[in-house]
Amino acid sequence: MSRPIVIKNANLYGDTVASLLIENGVITKVADTIETPDDAVVVEADGLVVLPGLVDLHTHLREPGREDAETIETGSRAAARGGWTAVHAMANTNPVADTAGVVEQVYSRGQEIGLIDVYPVGAVTIGLKGEHLSEMGAMASSKARVRLFSDDGVCVYDPVIMRRALEYVKTFDGAVVQHAQDLRLTEGAQMHEGEVSAELGLAGWPAVAEESIVARDALLAEHVGSRVHVQHLSTAGSVEIIRWAKERGIKVTAEATPHHLLLTDESARTYDPLFKVNPPLRTQADVDALRTAVADGTIDIIATDHAPHASEDKDCEWAAASFGMLGLETALGVIQKVLVDTGAATWRDVARLMSEAPARIGQVDHLHGRPIAEGEPANLTLVDPKAAWTVTPEALASRASNTPYGGIELPGRAVATFLRGVPTHLDAQLEGAFA
Amino acid sequence: MRHLLTTKDLSKTDALRILDTATQMAATQEREVRKLPTLRGKTVVNLFFEDSTRTRISFEAAAKRLSADVINFSAKGSSVSKGESLKDTALTLQAMGADAVVVRHWASGAAYQLAHGGWLHGSVLNAGDGTHQHPTQSLLDAFTIRKHLAPGGDLEGVTVAIVGDVLHSRVARSNVYLLTTLGAKVVLVAPPTLVPVGIEPWPCDVVHTLDQALDTYEIDALMMLRVQRERMTGGGFFPSPNEYSRIFGLDGDRLRRLPDHAIVMHPGPMNRGLEISAEAADSPRSVIVEQVANGVAVRMAALYLLLAGEEAAQ
Amino acid sequence: MTGTIMGAADISRALTRIAHEIVERNDGAADVVLMGIPTRGLPIAHRLAARIAEIEPAFDAELATGALDITMYRDDLFKNPTRAIGTTSVPDTGIDDAVVVLVDDVFHTGRTIRAALDAIRDLGRPRAVQLAALVDRGHRELPIRADFVGKNIPTSRSERVDVRLEEIDGEDAVILRKGE
Repeated sequence: MSRPIVIKNANLYGDTVASLLIENGVITKVADTIETPDDAVVVEADGLVVLPGLVDLHTHLREPGREDAETIETGSRAAARGGWTAVHAMANTNPVADTAGVVEQVYSRGQEIGLIDVYPVGAVTIGLKGEHLSEMGAMASSKARVRLFSDDGVCVYDPVIMRRALEYVKTFDGAVVQHAQDLRLTEGAQMHEGEVSAELGLAGWPAVAEESIVARDALLAEHVGSRVHVQHLSTAGSVEIIRWAKERGIKVTAEATPHHLLLTDESARTYDPLFKVNPPLRTQADVDALRTAVADGTIDIIATDHAPHASEDKDCEWAAASFGMLGLETALGVIQKVLVDTGAATWRDVARLMSEAPARIGQVDHLHGRPIAEGEPANLTLVDPKAAWTVTPEALASRASNTPYGGIELPGRAVATFLRGVPTHLDAQLEGAFA
Repeated sequence: MRHLLTTKDLSKTDALRILDTATQMAATQEREVRKLPTLRGKTVVNLFFEDSTRTRISFEAAAKRLSADVINFSAKGSSVSKGESLKDTALTLQAMGADAVVVRHWASGAAYQLAHGGWLHGSVLNAGDGTHQHPTQSLLDAFTIRKHLAPGGDLEGVTVAIVGDVLHSRVARSNVYLLTTLGAKVVLVAPPTLVPVGIEPWPCDVVHTLDQALDTYEIDALMMLRVQRERMTGGGFFPSPNEYSRIFGLDGDRLRRLPDHAIVMHPGPMNRGLEISAEAADSPRSVIVEQVANGVAVRMAALYLLLAGEEAAQ
Repeated sequence: MTGTIMGAADISRALTRIAHEIVERNDGAADVVLMGIPTRGLPIAHRLAARIAEIEPAFDAELATGALDITMYRDDLFKNPTRAIGTTSVPDTGIDDAVVVLVDDVFHTGRTIRAALDAIRDLGRPRAVQLAALVDRGHRELPIRADFVGKNIPTSRSERVDVRLEEIDGEDAVILRKGE
């Protein structure tokens, strides 16, 4: 196997300086000083923060079907560069991931590429049509071992279908992952409904369209005693509902995206579809509420909702453009900017929000989101919190370039990512050590 | 002035300059020879992604009377069936050497995107974008109000009521900002279902029946917006056309409650019998036909101010 | 030579002489219409009209004076910042078959007059068009000459001629300035 790796004087979780020895994909020693084996690769990690490899619960890899926007390969590379070692690939591909065949194909392709572990999320309903449950049991027992089910992109809107899905996933201890959006209240919706939409003449996506579904699903989950995970929480009202549901003991978890923690509906004034996303960017008050909820644990995890789109789907009128933005490569920098550098969270919190908790919700915590400790798999991310960089859309590893952060400076980035001890991403300054 | 995209960022000085220029342009239109050589050699493209014969003809007349070459470009497509992309169209117009692009589009923000996309060098004149803005319509409204109620001055002390579907109206949005910039007080009259959520920062009052507006305000100009019947029934914004007429329609009785000097306006095309009765539309107070004529003068002024001096400005 | 070239008295005398010349040239002033080119051609046209009325009492100074804004006829519109458009007013009787005397303050390249002739053509068909200018500073770029000139002032191209008038500037003077 590969040469041993010594990571010297790294800052574990941003609060403990130690050195690591990695052998055969496993962390074999954590100590103040480590005697370097003869053939070892040495990474001088002074000032670098070591986190467990990041786990994204919400990624669109577009393969199969829209390989012009992203492939499992380009998406894997983008993920590795962003510090991720595992992602959950959403089901809204073409064909839809609603059968064991499709999810196994996606899973295997991820393994073949080997840069990250790709865990397919299965569709709740056939073709994401919201009418008939897909064969979730088959997907669960397939090689892909699917545990999360989502019609993401559209809401599981019919309350009866939602109830049945919540009940059915209990069979294999799965969870329904909900894109909370009342479809009737958001017909033709283009952006957050509020003062900016009123002025710009863009059809509004009201906060209540999310909140009413979040509340409904929390109550349904309670009623049938199942688990629901709410995707991309975007409003202060949704935060209140999640907080209430958790206090009540409902098995609900929630995610926030980096863009909903940084950007607001004011961005729409540019009419640049790069800022068009679903759910839409909200107000500063919502952003503040989300940040508070992430800090106090009401929101369990950060997930990217990485949504690549071909340029023709973004280089057009706002109303004609697709929803979604890239996120894998910028998430860590944005989170450092909005949570760590502001003092709202520590790097240890980031480890929980972006690795441990998502691995647990995704039920991959036997492999990912593990402690940085002896005997654990070496799925690790090295972050340089001082390596500020300016986002250049064309330079991103994604096939698409629809990032809203073009030209924006982010304070830090992942400089190395290891999947089972194998470097899947190395910053230029570290490449030499592995040559 | 490089582009004319929205009335929101138009200063009072700029707005008055356009209106003053339009006054001079209107004077030239009373002559025997109405054509001016001013924009000879300039190319104006009318780029229409949405049918509007009235607006297109008005811009075409304005450009031709200033001796500009006019190219009409109808681009098909909608939010449902995408036609040629905005970007490709813009690149085509750039290759044709368009000095100004008059754009009408079903999508809010399309004019802004054309102006800021880096695809075109010419000036962009917004001739109506989605439910966002229609600056020359509001300028011709302001021109008409000024001519009748405040010749040569600003609109200080003038109260304008705008009645109808504010939610979907680019005319209302443009007028709220322009008329208040010029000093007028604007009152929007609409059912709550047709008032946008988030209207609070708009510099205007909002009331929910025409009678209430007539009781509360001394209205100098009453502007009736076109109401689309499909919003009444299928859209569910209002129970029925009849109920709309009863509460928001301008009939003879309501017309007589206006002060003697008040004028009645409509951006056209009218739904007679729905938002306005024939009696009101054809009354001596109606300036609806005059609005059309003023539209040409205002558009001449806008084209002149955008295109003359253009090279020096770049 | 820079400084004040004409004082108030000089200007007054020059305008009186031009008024007489206009009457003489046209065998009276019956058909004469004075069209002043804004900005400073306009008050000069009014002054000339008043003087003509003194010579020919039948001449209605008010009725026979108009303003001719030539902005929209300029050939240098696209080389300069956008200009505001001034007022054009034509006497009620129109200019068809009249003798139109264009009145300007400084006669220079001839381009303004070329634009004025174009503007006149759009307003009607005068029997004749004549040109009166307070100052002729030379440097013609077009084959156009003046019929009535207050004073010929030889200048270099870089110099500037400023005409100041009581009605606009609070004093009457013609000042020659060095170019920048």
